[in-house]
Amino acid sequence: MASYLRFENVTRRFGSFTAVDDVNIDIQQGETFSLLGPSGCGKTTLLRMAAGFDKPDAGRILLDGKDITPLPPDKRPVNTVFQSYALFPHLSVRDNIAFGPKIAKWPQDAITRGVDEMLDLIDLKAHAGKKPAQLSGGMKQRVAIARALVNKPKVLLLDEPLAALDLKLRQRLLVELDAIHDEVGITFIYVTHDQGEAMSISDRIAVMNKGTIEQVGPPAEIYEAPRSSFVAAFIGDTNFLDGRVTEAIDPRFSRCEVNGFGSIVIDNDKPVTPGDRVHLSLRPEKLLVSREQPSSSDLENAIAGKVEDVIYFGSHTRYWVRCGEWRLCAEMQHRKYQLDEQSPKWGDTVWLRWHANDGFLLEQYRAEDEGLLTLPDEDS
Amino acid sequence: MNKERRSEILATAPSFLWLAMFVLVPVLIIFAIAFRPALPAGGIGEGWSLDAVRSLAEPAYLSLLLRTLWISALTTAACIALSLPVAYAMARLTPVWRSRVLLLVIVPFWTNFVIRVFAWQQILHAQGYLAELLRGLHLIGPNDRLLGNLGAVVLVSVYTYLPFSILPLFAAAEKFDFGLLDAARDLGAKPARAFFGVFVPGVRQGIITAFLVVFIPMLGSYVVPDMVGGTGTQMIGNKIAQRNFSDRNLPEAAALSGALALLVLAPMFLRRKEKPQ
Repeated sequence: MASYLRFENVTRRFGSFTAVDDVNIDIQQGETFSLLGPSGCGKTTLLRMAAGFDKPDAGRILLDGKDITPLPPDKRPVNTVFQSYALFPHLSVRDNIAFGPKIAKWPQDAITRGVDEMLDLIDLKAHAGKKPAQLSGGMKQRVAIARALVNKPKVLLLDEPLAALDLKLRQRLLVELDAIHDEVGITFIYVTHDQGEAMSISDRIAVMNKGTIEQVGPPAEIYEAPRSSFVAAFIGDTNFLDGRVTEAIDPRFSRCEVNGFGSIVIDNDKPVTPGDRVHLSLRPEKLLVSREQPSSSDLENAIAGKVEDVIYFGSHTRYWVRCGEWRLCAEMQHRKYQLDEQSPKWGDTVWLRWHANDGFLLEQYRAEDEGLLTLPDEDS
Repeated sequence: MNKERRSEILATAPSFLWLAMFVLVPVLIIFAIAFRPALPAGGIGEGWSLDAVRSLAEPAYLSLLLRTLWISALTTAACIALSLPVAYAMARLTPVWRSRVLLLVIVPFWTNFVIRVFAWQQILHAQGYLAELLRGLHLIGPNDRLLGNLGAVVLVSVYTYLPFSILPLFAAAEKFDFGLLDAARDLGAKPARAFFGVFVPGVRQGIITAFLVVFIPMLGSYVVPDMVGGTGTQMIGNKIAQRNFSDRNLPEAAALSGALALLVLAPMFLRRKEKPQ
């Protein structure tokens, strides 16, 4: 598919700091595309360059086949929803939304119609005459979205639009935003540091780290098949294991020696040959916790360990299990009435079991990314 | 009366007394003198008289008032027009540069006001370098004067009051959310449209303050029109001085002063209405 918005070898430096480093992204028309990463990863700089507030030092940005790199913000057919809303405090909700159409010199009746449509879309008709200061955070955010959408931009840029809101409201607006996207069909670029937001709203996600793109793909692919330790650790939680490949079982599976708990079976997510050092990401929910030794099959791994920490979350419980020199995090969903269950306790010996398919071999591993994992203190 | 209220009253009492004694009482005395008869030798007579107040109806005063308002309005408009971009630029500077520029704005206050106006007198003098230069470039005719006209009064007044309009506008600009300009540009506004459509309304309170701190003192302006103006630029302040020192008619001077004071109060009420927002 042809790309609609394209970042081509885009680089942006601030002094000696490279905020965006030779980034290439192709965004399709109509999709919701997220730029996800920790603060300082370059996602906002990328968005500002798409909006025209910032210019790349190298590379170009194409929209619908046209190079928009040299255009100032007011000449670009894109609009932005700002993190701080940036509503004009001296104008009413109606006049805020009408700001763009007035500048574009729409006829008066078209402006009225366009604004009314937007007020319906965001369900704020009753508040049209109010000033921004009289609105709640959620309402302001909706006005900011309407003010941008009324201009019928080719791309809507959303810069952490929900970051200033509390959790419940954030979840509700996320659903609303998704509904708005379905209704207007405009391409959304969504910048966020919140992986949950990105996962739930996006068609595709670009995970950014230190000015570069680590991985681009649909949410499930990013989650299940992370290319790097950064992606694996930043999106959700995981366990990293490293070992050495000892034997190729067949084209799909290999045997691998992990220090401390012997031999495990791994899926050849990337080509490996005996002797290779590999890094495996194992999501906590893929590990089954049981008190009895499971009957293992050829492609199942089972290792014993001692429970060191238990955290109860209601819908699930997290266990930190000591297996030799490793401390693995396992998550158990409570699909039954949990009070009747005999769940493992602190100090219990348990078995962790997973299928070779359920781990994922990383293409790229950096020890520093372990810092992104949530681990309780060693001495707890 | 609770304790907090009492300490509040105690804390404000000194300044209240000070203002009452040195502002309110003198103003009341001026109002009272306006209703006294004038003695030929310059003194204030016994009893009450409406002569001085009636003299305010003199037709010449109307043109004097209009001229005063005109010069004040011109000066205020020029001050605000010049201060807006300055305040904008200052608010966008890094904190270090901001305080440096702020110092430059305040530096003129280190020299006495009269001396600064006197310096302008020299700069604009008919035989001064500036006049010679402009004459040499044929920008002014051989008989044109830079001094003694409306232009000189407005120029020197703007120079004098510019810091007073820059400071409140800067204070407002400092609090202004410059992200709003990004938003305006994003919605298709050119830089000028964003400046006038978003920045200027955004610093409205600063503009009102700048207006008050320039316009009101300008209404009572005396030194500048006296030193760089001419007969055609006389303002109310000069007329009050003339009634006082040359005519020795204190009641008429007091009546004019009282009228000016009432005139000044009008924009203050405007401010009152503005406040609750």
